Amino acid sequence: MNRILIKNGRVIDPKTRFDRIADILIEGNKIQKVERNLKIDGLKVIDASGMIVSPGFIDLHCHLRDPGRPDEETIESGARAALAGGFTTICCMPNTEPPIDNEGIVSYIIKEAERVNLCRVFPIATITKKREGKEISEFGELVKAGAKGFSDDGNTVRDARVLRHAMEYSKIFDIPIFEHPVDEDLSKGGLMNESEVSTRLGLAGSPSIAEEIIVARDLMLAKFTGARLHLCHISTRGSVELIRRAKKEGVDVTCETCPHYFFFNDTVLETYNTNYKVNPPIRTEIDRRAIIEGLRDGTIDCISTDHAPHTRAEKELEFASAPFGMIGLETALSMVIMQLINIEKFSWFEVLDKLTIKPAQIIKEKTGVIKEGAIADIVIINPEVKWRLTPEIIKSKSKNTPFLNKELTGRAEYVIVNGEIKYQATP
Amino acid sequence: MNPKKDLLGIEGLGSKEILNYLDTAEKFLEILDRPIPIIPALRGKTILTLFFEPSTRTQISFSIAAKRLSADVVNFSASTSSVKKGETLLDTAKNIEAMKVDGVIVRHYASGAPRILAENLNAFVINAGDGTHEHPTQALLDIMTMRQHFGYIKNLNVLIVGDVLHSRVARSNIFGLKTLGANVAVCAPPTLIPVDIEKLNVEVFYNLDEIIGDFDVVMALRIQLERQESGLFPSAREYRNLYGLTVERVQKMKPQSIIMHPGPTNRGLEIDPEVADGPKSVILKQVKNGVAMRMAILFIHAGGKIE
Repeated sequence: MNRILIKNGRVIDPKTRFDRIADILIEGNKIQKVERNLKIDGLKVIDASGMIVSPGFIDLHCHLRDPGRPDEETIESGARAALAGGFTTICCMPNTEPPIDNEGIVSYIIKEAERVNLCRVFPIATITKKREGKEISEFGELVKAGAKGFSDDGNTVRDARVLRHAMEYSKIFDIPIFEHPVDEDLSKGGLMNESEVSTRLGLAGSPSIAEEIIVARDLMLAKFTGARLHLCHISTRGSVELIRRAKKEGVDVTCETCPHYFFFNDTVLETYNTNYKVNPPIRTEIDRRAIIEGLRDGTIDCISTDHAPHTRAEKELEFASAPFGMIGLETALSMVIMQLINIEKFSWFEVLDKLTIKPAQIIKEKTGVIKEGAIADIVIINPEVKWRLTPEIIKSKSKNTPFLNKELTGRAEYVIVNGEIKYQATP
Repeated sequence: MNPKKDLLGIEGLGSKEILNYLDTAEKFLEILDRPIPIIPALRGKTILTLFFEPSTRTQISFSIAAKRLSADVVNFSASTSSVKKGETLLDTAKNIEAMKVDGVIVRHYASGAPRILAENLNAFVINAGDGTHEHPTQALLDIMTMRQHFGYIKNLNVLIVGDVLHSRVARSNIFGLKTLGANVAVCAPPTLIPVDIEKLNVEVFYNLDEIIGDFDVVMALRIQLERQESGLFPSAREYRNLYGLTVERVQKMKPQSIIMHPGPTNRGLEIDPEVADGPKSVILKQVKNGVAMRMAILFIHAGGKIE
C-alpha cells in the first residue's frame, strides 16, 4: 500500500479551521493521521519545513480545448499544467469543438483523464444543445455520465425564457448553472473595458454594465426559480454589489473571480499586449478594488483560473484580431500570494477557502479538506520561493501569459492526488 | 534633440518634442516654394510606405515628402483580404528587416498595430494612422497650421466637431493641443463621444449652435455613413442639421476664427461646399503643411543632415 509522510509543514485547512505545524500520514488514498512528531519508518518522507500544506486546489473554470484544438491544449497537457499550479481537481468548460453537450463527450473526457492519470478532471456540460442557446441539453444523461455543472461559457444564455427553463430543470439534479454573464449587444465589438483607457488607446470598449445587466437578470431568475446559480468570472464593482445584495436576500448564488481581475487594472492594456486581452476584460482600478473587497467579505466564493490557451500564431496578431484569453493554471497561486497575501494581507484561511473547500462544495466533491479519513488531495506550497516563468517551464501547450519570462513568488512544490505524488517542482 | 526611434503617437510626447517637429516643418515650407523643391538630406535612404487601409492623400503626402528629401520611396498597399490570407504583421516586419529599409510609414486598420512593427524593426516606424487610435502626423500638421495662423497655441480655443469616438485625428490633436496648453472641446451627439473623455481635460458639448461662437478653431471630422447604420445617429439629414458646418452656422463664428478638416470631406454633410472653399477654411493650407511636416518627421527620424 502507498504510504507517504509529510513532515513539519504548516498544515492549513480552512474547512476545519486547522492551522498548525503537523505531520500528515497518507495511506492508500486517505489521510490517516494529522499529528505532531509522527515517527514512522520505511516510507516515503516529504520534508515540508517552511512550507504550507493545504488541500489540493479546485478550479471550477478552465478551458482544455479537448476535443477539437489539440494544438492549444489537451486533457493531458491541461492536467499537467493544473498539477504544476497546485490544482488536484479541475472543471473544464464545454465550449470545445464539438461542444460538451452529450454523454459521449462527457465520457470521453472522464476516460481520457483516467488514462492520463494526473489530476481529477470533471466536465461542465452545455446548458443548451450545441451551445446555441435554444434547447436545453439532456441534463439527466450528462449528470449520469459525470458532468458537474452546466454552462454555455463563452456566451451568456441570451434568451431569458430558455435560461429560466434550464434553471428550473436543473433542480431535478441539484446541480448549478454556471452563467457567463455578458449582454452581447452591449459588449458587441468590445476589445477591452470601456473607460478612459480605451478612449486613449482607441480600442472599442465593452462597458461594465454589459456584465452587470446580465448578473442582475440572472440573480432575478435564480430568485424566481429557486435554482442554484454560479456566476462565472465576475469582474466589476457593480456585479459584486448586486451579488452581495442578492446573497443577503437569500438567493442561492455563488460566484467566482479570476486572478487577473484582482491583479491587473486596465492600464496594462497600454502596451497592446494581446495576452491581456481577456473576456470579460480587465477592468478599472475601482473595479479591481471592489473585487478584492468582495473576496475579503466572502461575496466572491471562489477563485477560478479561466485558463484559456491560445497558440502563439493566434496571439501574435494585432490586438483587434487576437482571440480572448490567457492561460492561468500555472500562475494563479503566485498571483494569489503576490497580491492577496503579500499586499492585501489576506489570511491563508481566507485565500485557501476560495481555492479548496468552497469550490468543492459547489460541485459537491468530498475533497478540499485535510483531516483524518479524508481523501488525500494535497498541495505543498513554498510561499516565498522566487522563480521565473520560462516557456520551457510552462506545462500548458500554450504560452499566452503576460508573465512569460517574468519572476513570480510562490509555487507548488509537491502535489498529491488520491494519495499519490503526481507532481514535484524541479528544484 | 535626440528623438525616439519611432513616432507612434502624440500621447507621451513632451512640448519640446512637438515644437521641434513644428519648427523643423516651418523651415521645410520654404523649400516647397523653390523652383526645384528638392534637397539631398536623405539621399541613399529607403523609405517604405505600408498601407493596410485605403488612403490616397496620406500616402501621396508621405511619398512627396520623402522625394523632396531625395530618399528612395517604395509604396505598398495591401487590401485587408490579402493580409488575412496568412501573412501576419510580424512576418511582414521580419521581411522588411531582411530587406534593409531605413524607415517604414504604416497605416493600419487595427489600433496599436504600428507598435508591433516598431518593436520588431530596427528601422524607424511612423504611424500614418492606426485604427481609431492615433494619427500623429495629421495632428502635427494641424497644430502647425493653427500656430501659423495665430502665432501661438497656448490658451487657443479649439473645438472638434463630429465623430470623436472613431477619430484618430481627434485623439492625436487632443493629446498634442493639451500638451501645448490649448483649451480643447468636443461637440457631437453623445453616441459619438468616447467615455470619460473629460478625464483628458476636454470639455464636452452637445449643442453646436450655442458654443460655435466661442472658438478660435473649429475642426470638423469626417462622418462615416456606416455609423448611422450602426445606430449612432438617426440620419445624415439630422446630423447635418445639428452638427454640420453650414453656411448659416459658420456666420456665428468669431471674426478671426478658422475652419479645419483633416479630409477627405463629405461636402454637404459635415461641411457645406461654400464653407470648405470659403474664407475661414484653411483646409488646403493643411494639405500643403502636411508635406512640410512629413518632410520634418522623416528628416528627424532618419537623422538627416542639411548640406
